[in-house]
Amino acid sequence: MADLVIPITVFVLAAYVGFEVITKVPPQLHTPLMSGSNAISGVTIIGALVVAARGDTTVAAVLGFLAVAFAMINVVGGFLVTDRMLEMFQKKDKP
Amino acid sequence: MNITLASFLYLAAAVAFIIGLKRLQSPVTARRGNQLAGLGMLIAIIVTLLISDIISPWIVVAGLVVGGAVGGFLARTVEMTAMPQLVAAFNGFGGGASALVAAAEFLKSDALPLRTDITIVLSTVIGAVTLSGSFVAYAKLQGLVSGQPVGYPGQKIGDPVLAAIIVGLSVWVVAGGSASVLWLLVLAALILGVIRVLPIGGADMPVVISFLNAFSGLAASMAGFVIDSNALIISGALVGASGLILTNIMVKAMNRSLGNVLFGAFGAAAMEGGPGAIGEKPVRSATADDVAVTLAYAGSVIVVPGYGLAVAQAQHNLKELTNLLEERGVDVRYAIHPVAGRMPGHMNVLLAEADVEYEKLYDLDQIQDQFPRTDVALIVGANDVVNPGARDDETSPIYGMPILDVDKATTAIVIKRSLSPGFAGIDNPLFYLDNTMMYFADAKRAMTDLVTAVKEA
Repeated sequence: MADLVIPITVFVLAAYVGFEVITKVPPQLHTPLMSGSNAISGVTIIGALVVAARGDTTVAAVLGFLAVAFAMINVVGGFLVTDRMLEMFQKKDKP
Repeated sequence: MNITLASFLYLAAAVAFIIGLKRLQSPVTARRGNQLAGLGMLIAIIVTLLISDIISPWIVVAGLVVGGAVGGFLARTVEMTAMPQLVAAFNGFGGGASALVAAAEFLKSDALPLRTDITIVLSTVIGAVTLSGSFVAYAKLQGLVSGQPVGYPGQKIGDPVLAAIIVGLSVWVVAGGSASVLWLLVLAALILGVIRVLPIGGADMPVVISFLNAFSGLAASMAGFVIDSNALIISGALVGASGLILTNIMVKAMNRSLGNVLFGAFGAAAMEGGPGAIGEKPVRSATADDVAVTLAYAGSVIVVPGYGLAVAQAQHNLKELTNLLEERGVDVRYAIHPVAGRMPGHMNVLLAEADVEYEKLYDLDQIQDQFPRTDVALIVGANDVVNPGARDDETSPIYGMPILDVDKATTAIVIKRSLSPGFAGIDNPLFYLDNTMMYFADAKRAMTDLVTAVKEA
């Protein structure tokens, strides 16, 4: 279990950074925050790609395909819809 | 590509995510922030493709193309009013992907170190619960299943038994169980997600979506432990933190605890204890002309939007009405309760779509003391968040929940389809006050009729 120390350290520090950064997001932007952070959680696509790339058996191929497709829906959909929303917020700024 | 270089590029992606989230602190920088985070993701994907031995390229390409097309299509076509269910669905896909990654790692080899087994189990369970729970939330928000709490007989015994089964199967997998045990575990976790979200009512959805958001992040982080990826661990932790913060804000805004929302079966309890006289007391029913005159000759108006505005898709018509009022010199502001709508910030997105300047949107704390000095509070499709019972009546099931004091305005105008109580089945004393005008109509219909009437007033 000793080799878990470094990953857990990374996890705890990142969670702390997350709390610090996100506490300051105003309520107006909570929906884009949620969809944007949701897109970031699609980073699991890294793992999905590794799994899909070595799809040597049928089961592995199916799992890999589904994992990449799911993660990709999350990533592409999440970033695009957040962009659409933030565009609406941004145009209020122009005089 | 050299592995060290790849690690630095992954770090760059993680930093891009953090800076991207930081830029969400202001509407001015937010869009750039999101684009920066997207760039980070692109880097992470390209680096992964470059360092992997790709035995089955067509699977990778098919997954990328299919997922990208579906995600892109959904993001471009969704109505802003349907944002809560879309985010719920995306959460589900993310959680599902993390569970699949962990399951595939488990199938890859027989002799995994203990730590890998443990994180595989965690990632699989959390991911599967997120997947099924999110899709139930989606179905509820989309109206495919009842927004009312749905339970099953013996839930108080059934849920703990299922939880015990999940713990048992988890231990079995870690202790050397085969792949079929893992699939049983996945099945049990999927069932848990379904039966835990079904009993939660529509108005509690902001909490549920935030919590599932945290879960999808946690699942990604656990998957990062499984495949030894710092980028995944960091990003997952960021999202987990974000989801937890939002969950906490939502729970506080309802004066409840997370446990109470998730396990409370709130709606059922409220309906038993609710007052029986709903609809029997006299109300002051008003026509479009009455309301239009009251609005047109007011000095100041505070609009309180709620979920009914989203359901009726009336945000553009509302904006048209307030434009007319402003042309007549009426001071118009908007009061946004944290749990108005079905997800955090839901109303802000709708009003932003309708081009309402965000300087006119006020939080509960910012505007609360303004109501006594306001001529008209115009409540469009909101109910529980303006229920004075939450403030005054200790027997009210929502007693203690912070509300907008619309009853303190000179006149409160409530636009609502009928007198039926909100989701929680709680009668709203506001409707029977002397200074309340009830205008019974669908929000969109009401807005168009009011626009016509105000022009003539």
